[in-house]
Amino acid sequence: MTTTYAVLSEGLEKRFGAVHALRGLDLAVRQGAVCGLLGPNGAGKTTAVRLLATLLRPDAGSARVAGHDLVRDAAAVRRSIGVTGQYASVDGDLTGHENLRLFARLHRVPGPNDRAAELLGRFGLAEAADRKAATYSGGMRRRLDLAASLVRRPAVLFLDEPTTGLDPASRNGIWDTVRELAADGTTVLLTTQYLEEADQLADDIVLIDRGRVARTGSPAELKALVGRYAQAVVADRDALPKAAAVIDQLTGAEPQFDHDGHTVGAVTTDPTLTLPRLVRELDAAGVPLLDASIRQPTLDDVFLRLTGSPA
Amino acid sequence: MSELVYDGVAMAGRQLRRVRNSPGLAVLTQLMPVNMLLFFGYVFGSALAMPGQEYRSFLVPGLLVATAAGGIMTGMFQAAQDTHRGVTDRFRSMPVSRAAVPLGQAVADLVVTTVGTVPLLLVGLAVGWRVEGSAAAAAGAVGLLLLFRFACTTVGIHLGLLTRSEEAAGQLGASFFVLPLLSDAYIPTGNLPGWLRTLAEWNPISAVTTALRDLFGNAPVPDGAAWPVAHPVLGSVLWSVVLIAVFLPLAVRRYGHC
Repeated sequence: MTTTYAVLSEGLEKRFGAVHALRGLDLAVRQGAVCGLLGPNGAGKTTAVRLLATLLRPDAGSARVAGHDLVRDAAAVRRSIGVTGQYASVDGDLTGHENLRLFARLHRVPGPNDRAAELLGRFGLAEAADRKAATYSGGMRRRLDLAASLVRRPAVLFLDEPTTGLDPASRNGIWDTVRELAADGTTVLLTTQYLEEADQLADDIVLIDRGRVARTGSPAELKALVGRYAQAVVADRDALPKAAAVIDQLTGAEPQFDHDGHTVGAVTTDPTLTLPRLVRELDAAGVPLLDASIRQPTLDDVFLRLTGSPA
Repeated sequence: MSELVYDGVAMAGRQLRRVRNSPGLAVLTQLMPVNMLLFFGYVFGSALAMPGQEYRSFLVPGLLVATAAGGIMTGMFQAAQDTHRGVTDRFRSMPVSRAAVPLGQAVADLVVTTVGTVPLLLVGLAVGWRVEGSAAAAAGAVGLLLLFRFACTTVGIHLGLLTRSEEAAGQLGASFFVLPLLSDAYIPTGNLPGWLRTLAEWNPISAVTTALRDLFGNAPVPDGAAWPVAHPVLGSVLWSVVLIAVFLPLAVRRYGHC
């Protein structure tokens, strides 16, 4: 079976004066997948999404979104996408209902009043329907933003940092919605600064750095690149060098010492290194072991390792 | 074309709803010229000697046009606010006719202006201003005023899309307050030194003001004025059409520009 791509870009470039925001971005987002776009601040995440949402024109390169050429057929792209982000906002001077009805009209959705009421209900905003959006809390505002981009069901949904600044309950609500949309076949391109969010939602992750794709893969594949972290905590500081020697020998990697003077660990990519084996070897060497662990890497580790800077 | 009309009506409806939901700014904007009429009318009116001319009757058309020129500020502020708050980008990312957003804003503004001018006219009548010409000429005057307002709003929208920030638009808008001061809106230009008079009379506001005074029968066209003031009706139409022809396509392009 051939894979179809909802978003496919080749060599996208964008400059803002002296700043070279995108330097040849090649992106392939599988249809129906949730793709997490990650990268340090200034990597070009937002520029990439703005380009693909037709809000910016690329200086070079090409892209197809939902099968339509980004530049030549921007109008068709706009009919196929939804955008929720830091920039694409609702009108604070209109009520929630007025906002959604307006967007429904502009999308030529039949029965704009009903569609607005339906979405307000679905996003728990029915009671606030006739209040000005400017009076909404951060979480309500974000739900209204998301509802606005779903007035007509988009083939591709762009979510730019959809949960930044939200409390955990609101964040979980947004996550549930994203999962439902994905289950319904909507392709989602998500940027986030929360790696946990990408881990929770994304099927594929694209790490971008300095305007280019640095690495792509599933969360598990990316974590496998970095390896696990084997760690030992000793009861007695004097036993630390002995523990370090064992870990060095097992992992073949440079041991790292914690500031507490009791903890040593190292990265391992050896799949045969299990926790029982780690404990056995340390014990056999006479290390007074308090605690031992082999931790799965987080996406934070991946991030640090692959881009050299924290998320 | 029908797409443009449908989207434009939706956009105009949006602007009108905003005014209805938050009428404060619109009311304040309309209070300003009423205050100026009372203030200028009685303070300047007492100091300015205008033979054969009641100053307040001279002032009302001037204030009407100065208020219409305020469309630059209003248009700029609204466009900058929408851009700044991300509303413009929401529309840009949707299948909305590119011209509908600026056009809808300018058309809605005309409706608001028409309603908002009523208090100024009523206070004008109360302080002695009258329509002294024919009803047809008065209707023509209103038409010229609205055409000029539309032109000014168009200029404002383009500038607002350029500045993109509410603060910058506010600052820049305040500086447009001097435009009517350099025209015959508040004072006759006849007594100004030659170069200043020329400058004031080539200010579009002067042509429209003179046309209104002529059509309302408040004051005659002054002698020896520059061409747009000497031919005020044609001058007003030409100024407005030129401003619209230049700035509307610029605003639409700017709106669609990425």
